[in-house]
Amino acid sequence: MSPTAVDPSVVGRVLPEREVEVERGRLRSFALAIGETDPVYTDVDAARAAGHPDLPVPPTFLFGVGLGRGAEQDFGWIAELGIDIRAVLHGDQAFTYHALAHAGDVLTLAPRIVDVYSRKGGALQFVVRETAVRRADGTPVADLRETLVVREITA
Amino acid sequence: MTGTDETTVGTELPPLVLPPISRTTLALFGPASGDLNPIHLDLDVARSAGLDDVFAHGMLSAAHLGRLLTGWVDQRRIRSLSTRFVAVTPVHGQPTCTGRVVSVTEVDGERRAELALAVTLADGTTTLTGTAVVALEEL
Repeated sequence: MSPTAVDPSVVGRVLPEREVEVERGRLRSFALAIGETDPVYTDVDAARAAGHPDLPVPPTFLFGVGLGRGAEQDFGWIAELGIDIRAVLHGDQAFTYHALAHAGDVLTLAPRIVDVYSRKGGALQFVVRETAVRRADGTPVADLRETLVVREITA
Repeated sequence: MTGTDETTVGTELPPLVLPPISRTTLALFGPASGDLNPIHLDLDVARSAGLDDVFAHGMLSAAHLGRLLTGWVDQRRIRSLSTRFVAVTPVHGQPTCTGRVVSVTEVDGERRAELALAVTLADGTTTLTGTAVVALEEL
């Protein structure tokens, strides 16, 4: 069956801002999971020797820095659009970088829905969300843009 | 070689060859990355969505592209990274990340390389395509 059409009036919706602290332990777990071998990403002394104040946040980590609280909370904004999370695929993901973040930084995530459209007669729907990431002092860290694809579930 | 002033259009980054994706990798990557979508972790959920098996997080391959870049230049030189997920990576898929310089320009007082990126599996399937912009050196 085709997924329920997403109401286009959600374009422009500002989602709640969140503050998250970047944790060294989580960065080390991420490095382990992706097979990172550069000690700059796991060893604070190596990071400092390379001129970083602490472990740097690797390029794609920011996508999930505010996630990990459980699927219900993490994907609640998708469920609120009437979308079944099982039907969601990640279409694309973009990062524009302004400054590196490091372990210990408290980051503010400011997401908003910027586009909704459909293809193939509504069989595929697309939801685009942008998230501005800044440090507590207001320094911009990165802008994220993700496109979610909502497909048909044939089960 | 690393990203330097010798970098020109056509320069290839050293490929990053990954081991086959195991279920353990997915179990580690979920909580580490924050992506707890059960479709990557729970066979029952995958089957309820009409799939035969779980499949790898797209952001796992994106993170590998991040490694391709940071293995080539200091991360402080990465200006942008954009990825498109074009096919899923099945469990046991074996990805390789590649990158090639497609243009070199001067922007904001620095020389920048635009890179075309891809992740391909051993069977030839392209799973991700992408672009990145990195600063080569300050002018």
